This record gives sequence, C-alpha cells and structure tokens, in this order.
Amino acid sequence: MKTTRPRRGLMALFLLLAMFAAACGDNNDNSTATGGGEEPAGGEAADAPDGDTIKVGILHSLSGTMSISEVAVHDAELLAIEEINEAGGVLGKQLEPVIEDGASDWPTFAEKAEKLLTVDDVAVVFGGWTSASRKAMLPVFEGLDGLLFYPVQYEGLEASPNIFYTGATTNQQIIPALDYMVEQGMTDVYLVGSDYVFPRTANKIIKAYAEEHGLNVLGEDYLPLGETATATVVSKVMDAQPDVVFNTLNGDTNVAFFKELAAKGNTPDQIQTISVSVAEEEVGGIGVDNIEGHLVAWDYFQTTDTPENEEFVAAFKAKYGEDRVTADPIEAAYVGVHLWAMAVEEAGTTDVDAVREAAKGLAFDAPEGPVTVSDWNQHISKTARIGVVNAEGLIDEVWNSGEPIEPDPCLEKYDWAVGLAQGECDAAKEAA
Amino acid sequence: MEALLEQIFNGVSLGSILLIVALGLSFSFGQMGVINMAHGELIMIGAYTPYFLQSESGWFDGGAAGTAFVVALPLGFLAAGLVGVAMERTLLRRMVGRPLDTLLVTFGVSLILQQAARDTFGAPNVDVVSPTWLTGRWELLGVVMPHRRLFIIALVMLAVAALSAFLATRPEGRRMRAVMQNRDLAEVSGLSTRRVDRTTFFLGSALAGLAGVAVSLVGSVGSQVGTGYIVDAFLVVIVGGLGKLRGAIVGALALGLLNAFSEFWTSASIGKAVVFVAVIAFLQFRPNGLVSFRTRGLVA
Repeated sequence: MKTTRPRRGLMALFLLLAMFAAACGDNNDNSTATGGGEEPAGGEAADAPDGDTIKVGILHSLSGTMSISEVAVHDAELLAIEEINEAGGVLGKQLEPVIEDGASDWPTFAEKAEKLLTVDDVAVVFGGWTSASRKAMLPVFEGLDGLLFYPVQYEGLEASPNIFYTGATTNQQIIPALDYMVEQGMTDVYLVGSDYVFPRTANKIIKAYAEEHGLNVLGEDYLPLGETATATVVSKVMDAQPDVVFNTLNGDTNVAFFKELAAKGNTPDQIQTISVSVAEEEVGGIGVDNIEGHLVAWDYFQTTDTPENEEFVAAFKAKYGEDRVTADPIEAAYVGVHLWAMAVEEAGTTDVDAVREAAKGLAFDAPEGPVTVSDWNQHISKTARIGVVNAEGLIDEVWNSGEPIEPDPCLEKYDWAVGLAQGECDAAKEAA
Repeated sequence: MEALLEQIFNGVSLGSILLIVALGLSFSFGQMGVINMAHGELIMIGAYTPYFLQSESGWFDGGAAGTAFVVALPLGFLAAGLVGVAMERTLLRRMVGRPLDTLLVTFGVSLILQQAARDTFGAPNVDVVSPTWLTGRWELLGVVMPHRRLFIIALVMLAVAALSAFLATRPEGRRMRAVMQNRDLAEVSGLSTRRVDRTTFFLGSALAGLAGVAVSLVGSVGSQVGTGYIVDAFLVVIVGGLGKLRGAIVGALALGLLNAFSEFWTSASIGKAVVFVAVIAFLQFRPNGLVSFRTRGLVA
C-alpha cells in the first residue's frame, strides 16, 4: 500500500496538470478568439468573404491598471465601426475589427502594433491611451508606414505623419485650464501626476506658463502608475494649502488619491483640483462622493448640448447598457473612426499616403461640435471645456472656449513656450 | 512637529497595510518555505469578496453596503483560505522542501486565477463602497486620521493578537511551531506534518483574503490588485526575518515609516528608490533580517 499510494498520487497530479493545461489552453484560445478579431461588430463582418472586408486594428489595454479607462474607448470604436458597417461600410466594403490587448504594458503595445500591421495587415489601427504606449508604438508605425488614430488628450510636442491625434493637444486642454485658473484667481498650484511622459511634459509646460502668468507652483510630486499608497503625497498637498491641485494622475491612482483627499477632510472649496485625465468613466470608479464639486478640463462631456451628442449618447447606451457613460476620450475615439472612414471614402483607397492627403481639412459634426482636421499636423480643432463633477457622477460645463481652437502641438503661438519644443513639428511643417 | 506626527501616522498606516498583506506570506513563505507567487491572487479573492456581496449577489441591496463589507471580512478570509487549501492539497504538498518548484507552480496558479477573475468580473477595475461609518475622520494634535486607515490598523492589530494567541496556546498552533522549527524531529515525534502544513497554508491564504478585504478600502479592485502588493509582501517578510511573526511586524512598520518619511523629504518617485536602496544595504549587514532565527528555513 505504502509504495503504490504515492504513485497513484503522482498519476493524479499529472492528470490534474493536464487538466489545468487544457483549461489554460482553452483560456488562451478564448482570448485569441476575441483578441484575434473573430468577434465581428454586428455579425456581418464574419459572413462576408475575405476580399469584401477591410481589416482595422483596435489596440487598447483590456487588462491591467489602464483597463479602467481603455475598455470604454475600445467599445466606442466598435460602436463607430458598427454604425459605418450598417451604413454600407467603406468603399462598399464592411470593416472587420481585429482586437488586441495592450495589457497596460508599453512594450506589449509595440509588439501588438507590429503584429496588427504585419500579420493581420490592417488598414489602420485605433489605439493607445497613455503617452507611454503611444511613444512605444510610434517607431513601429513610422517604420512600417502604418496609420494610428490616437484618441486621448496628451502633452503635445509631437506631430508624427503616421499618427492622427483626435484628442486634445495642450493648447486645447491644459492651457485653457490654466487660463481658467488665472481668471478665477487660483494662483497657488500644486502639481500631482503619474510618473511617465505625459505628466512630466505637461508639468514642464505648466511651469513655463506659471512663470509668465504669476502662478506659484508650491510643489510637484509623481506617483508610479498603479500606486495606491497616496497618503504622504496627500499630506504634502494639505500642508502646502494650495488653491488648486493640477492633477495629471492616470488610472487607478486617481481612485486612491481622491479617496484619501476626501478621507483627510478636504472639500473642493478648501483645495480645488483640476484633473485632465479624469472623465465620466473614471468618476464611477473613484466614487462620486469623493470627487463631487471638483473640476475637470476636457473638450467634451456627456452633457454637451449638441444634436449629434444626443444621438451618440443614445446609441452608446443602447449598445452597452443604460448605466454606461460617455466621456471625452470615448467620443474622440468614436470621432477618429468616422474621420478615418471619411478620409478613405475621399481618397478612394486605404493607402496610407492617400488617406493622409485626403484627411487634410476634413470637417465633421462630432458630438463635441464641429471639428476640422489640421492641414499640417494631423490634430483636429476642438472646443475646450471646463466642467464640475455633479452628484450624479456626470460633469456640468462651467466654461468653454466658444469656438474650436486650432491645434498647436508645438506651442508656436505662445511666447512663454519658446524652447519647450525642440523641433518636433518641423518635419510635419516641411512636408505640408 | 505637526508634519512629523502626520508622517508617523502615514507611516504606521502604510505599515499596517504592508503587515496585513505580508502576514499570510510570513506563514506560507516564512514557515513552510513555499514561495507563493499566488499570494497576490489570494489577496485579489479577498478584495473581490465585498464587491461581489455589494454589487453582484443582490443580497445586500438598499444601502446595506456597510453590512456587506462586514460580512465580507470572514467570508473573504474563508474563501481565500479554501482556495489555498485546494492549492495545497493538489499541488504544494508534492513539493515540500522544493521552494523553486513552488515558485513556478504558484506563478502558474496566479495567472489562472487572474484570468478567472477577468472572465468572472470583467477586465475593468471596480469600486468597493466603503461603509458610511468608515468615511469620517478624527483629528488629534493636528493629525487627520481617516477612519478607514484606523480601521485597517485596528484590524491588523486584532489579527496579530489572535494569531499570537493561537500559536502560543492552541495545540494546532504549537504543532505549527514545532514543524516550522524542525520538520524531521516533529515528524519522528509523531506529528502529521502534512496535516500541519495544511493548517499553516490555510491560515496563510486566509490571512491574504482578509488583507484583500482591507485593501479594497484603499484603492480600486481589479484582477491585478494583488500584483501591486506581492513585492511589498516579500520585502516585509525578508526584511523582518523568515518565520517570525515579530519579524513581520517590525519589518512592516520599519518599511512603512521609511517609505513615508523618504517620500515626504524627497519626492514620491525618489522615495521608492530610497526604500529599495536601504533594504539592499540593510540585507548586507543582516542577511537573515531584523529578527533572525536559527533555522534551516528554505533549504530544510
């Protein structure tokens, strides 16, 4: 008995391992099934024979710390693709989304972007959220001459011919927010951000602005992405007693930061915050109680009052559920897909050079209002807005720029910003 | 002075979180020599428990989020403990004394559990509603002490007290200590080391579950919530010294305070680096940790 038992046990272990392996394998198959794009938007794409579809890539973090934000952006892109397919597709062909998960990991974004361009041979990729992921993908798209539509506000100082930027650049979000702070007399500022390229570059711009406009920067702190130990930074902020915290935190850290700020007894009339990466989608995760009354700066809110937005919000809720919200990057992603489809129709081909040429000056009535693609830097003109988080977790607009602001990614129109740009926009200018 | 007190509180508060996530590991890693990479996922199971009770079960509708949270404490403890026992029975008991094998196997288990969580609860992170009695704060000598933080400190103190009582007075606890100190001798003395291992691993896993319920108060909950804590947990156990409850307590407090103060005096990003440099330097002088213990530990 004694000698046979362990063997039987060993057999059982092998069996179990085999089962685990099989379960694991299944899991992987599942994730490639969704990840491999066999999940059609609306069901038509799968039925259509190969030659009648155009493959488009979707590359966002569906897992990890950024998934709190990026899953909804991916949803918006699928909604736009479905709308386009229902209206007859592009060039008479249905769009077939190929979905990949960037997993909140920047090298993975580069790797998956390369896979989408070389293995799946997609015509365009809609993807990215953090600037770190965009910077990781940029050499891939430039090297393989692909096309990326990037849907999130960012720090500017970039104008790649292979990227369309449908979110705000600094002069459409951060600078209007700073102008608003000056106008409201909020002069003592504390800078809190996540530790990567967007917050650091944004704060460099903010400090240059502060010097010119008499704002005092009382402190500057960066937390690693995904960090939840925010107590010390919140203590430093409370000790400094600024009028306003300029918040460039991304992802989950926002949750811990606002929870801690509220737990330490701060209310917006003591220390106000103005966030540039917290939208309707993130408010739910943070908890409305913790962030009600705080300010956010964007170009679009779910409450933005245009007929296009009414339709967009209704369509989004109809597809994904009444409890879902729309937000700036969600809208920008949706706009990006439509702009690309319009440019392809205009060009008559999905060829990257032709699409780039055709996109110049393209105008679209977006949910946020009219937008126009720049004729040289592949950003779009957008209306800047400041809003305050209300008790329902939505955002009420308190200020807007009145008209779409021309994108100025390298801040050439601002005297105080001289020296910030190191020629990042020169190539794009010359090409145009 | 006020700032100093404030940082002491922040440090103790961080230390309490470090301790609660490391407490379970000090059993499975410190006492059994299992390098449990799935410890973070046991924390995740605990963290999803209050979310499950509040949002998916439908048992606590109508503003009973606070009750759900209280129920989640024992339930998270049990749920993670049972998953731990399942792991121990099917896999780890075949690997006694082979720590490197346990590292690979538990890493695999951690990936499976993460994917399972994503399939069950979806990829986006979720928010656990804090009970209303935890949203307030006390102020003492100018230091703001959120109830939430005080609750975690109290919870970890209670857990430590219960554990030391268990180890000192209960027969099961004494057997655990015997096996930890000398496995062979315990076995020839007639103890069933397998049964003791099962208890030890249950306790280690269940404590991770309890930690999970606690950390759901601090941030948001997602499939990777545990991975953020696993490095800290190992750090505490190594700095504190293997196999000693006292070591884990001292280690967690020391790391918490060091973290809070270095972050306060420098910046958050430099503070992190300072802590790691300090730990590396410290281990040069005390490779066995703060509370050293004559044991064959990992190589037994």
